[in-house]
Amino acid sequence: MSLLGPEWTALLYLAAAVCFILALKGLSSPRTARRGNAIGAAGALLAVVTVFFSARLDNIPLILAAVAVGSAIAVPVARRVQMTQMPQLVALFNGVGGGAAALVAVLELGHNEDPWVRLAVVFTMLVGAVSFAGSAVTVGKLQELISTRPLLFPGMPSVMGAVLLGAVISGALVVLTGSFGWSLALLGFGLAAGLLLVLPVGGADVPIVISLLNAFTGLAVAASGVVLGNVLLLVAGTLVGASGTILTKAMASAMGRGVAGILFGAFKGGSTAGSTAVSDRPVRCSSPEDVAVQLGYAQRVVIVPGYGLAVAQGQHTVAELATALEARGVEVVFAIHPVAGRMPGHMNVLLAEADVPYESLRELAEINPEFANTDIALVVGANDVVNPAAKTSPGSPIYGMPILEVVQAQQVVFLKRSMRPGFAGIENELLHDPKTSLLFGDAKDSLSRVLGAVKAL
Amino acid sequence: MGPVALLTVVVLAVFVGFEVVSKVTSKLHTPLMSGANAIHGIILVGAIIVAGRASDPWVLGIALLAVVLATVNLVGGFVVTDRMLEMFSAHKRAGTPARTGAGTAGGIAGDGRSGNGSSGGGAGEGR
Repeated sequence: MSLLGPEWTALLYLAAAVCFILALKGLSSPRTARRGNAIGAAGALLAVVTVFFSARLDNIPLILAAVAVGSAIAVPVARRVQMTQMPQLVALFNGVGGGAAALVAVLELGHNEDPWVRLAVVFTMLVGAVSFAGSAVTVGKLQELISTRPLLFPGMPSVMGAVLLGAVISGALVVLTGSFGWSLALLGFGLAAGLLLVLPVGGADVPIVISLLNAFTGLAVAASGVVLGNVLLLVAGTLVGASGTILTKAMASAMGRGVAGILFGAFKGGSTAGSTAVSDRPVRCSSPEDVAVQLGYAQRVVIVPGYGLAVAQGQHTVAELATALEARGVEVVFAIHPVAGRMPGHMNVLLAEADVPYESLRELAEINPEFANTDIALVVGANDVVNPAAKTSPGSPIYGMPILEVVQAQQVVFLKRSMRPGFAGIENELLHDPKTSLLFGDAKDSLSRVLGAVKAL
Repeated sequence: MGPVALLTVVVLAVFVGFEVVSKVTSKLHTPLMSGANAIHGIILVGAIIVAGRASDPWVLGIALLAVVLATVNLVGGFVVTDRMLEMFSAHKRAGTPARTGAGTAGGIAGDGRSGNGSSGGGAGEGR
């Protein structure tokens, strides 16, 4: 196989880096997003082809087999995943990327005597391990394999302190001695730090943590670029680290939270801990027929979709209900909270999947002034994003989060599975408001019964 | 490259990274996060380099594991991002009959398993 010279390699890597920049740029605007992603994939393909021609590599058949195995795992999973479970999948992909960076760094340790390069090895291993373990916990929380509530045990801050101290000491020893044994200890401390970092985070904040860990993996990849002397890894990793940081801040501010508060709030006394108690205060229950009458004779209905809708796969039914109501002359719009679903923008994806026209979607700032002129706010499988406690009770864990002010509407109808509190585990006063009625049941099931009753009006 | 040159590259990349995503609308946060996630899968290049100079079987085994993990990150990341964005763009084509995401996604199935590094990496956007 003839090899490319170093200049050609560098030029092709530069082209790949430009593709990544254009990809991020394209992904920032709805019109160009898909093309942006394709440009990014093309850049990645270019870089992977280049590496095979840029250095004399042994084991090429095995490497190709490993790439085939990875693709055979990733493609079917990525193509078949339910859109509701997509946040978990993104977290999973992020975790394995962090793990790969950590493994690459471990293996490069033996090749480097330079203490600065060893420092980059240590950084890659530590951050990659934190990202791997942290992502595993976020996947567990989102799949509800482990509790979505903040997990804390007494003395956790001291344990975290000890782990960090251990990481610093073992990291310093790796830099000084290049010892393989100490590098394994460092990996262990990194994994423990990742677990301890994410376990105390409450369910509602998990998406922000995924974004943060995504930025972490980017930094680990950047450091691995220093280790391997590979400028492409350095540039791509730094890009992701920087853009991921901005994105994390943007997401946190969409939820009215500070990033530090999310990560360390729980340490300071469980501030994101809500209550699991199911309230026994009275609520007004409704029937599908009553709801249909309310909706069918309204002038203006605002539908507030939440994660419950997505879990029940009810996005197609809610789209049908909106069409049926519009056929009766009712004005219907959807109010999308920035973090409806599990991640910012997640609900937009789900409703797009159900072919709800883009023009019917209203963002939070647009719709809030309009609730006062709204006859019915129909809240489907959402809870925390309409909870007035975010505005009225400073002690509440969600205090300060921007909410959809459905409390301003003339009447409010909740379609809910049960009286169980939402993902953040907080009780919602609005459920007990005299103008609120509730229809219990699976969101899709309730929606189709309401739809049937509307059609029968 | 010397340390100063590397630092220059890093600083410029940080600014570019900040700049390109500074004004993104919240409805694109999820695809953008997923796309950025795919980009750091480029650690695959590093994993391939390490696997390509491994002689010890243990080192090779770990390096190949890194190759598998990085491929999952890179290929899976681009494929899932494309699936999300496909749903957004479906609406631009006004008048097309309603169709589900699962139905349209079927169109880009196929050659993800070809036993070749390059086409494996490209399968995600390959249409």
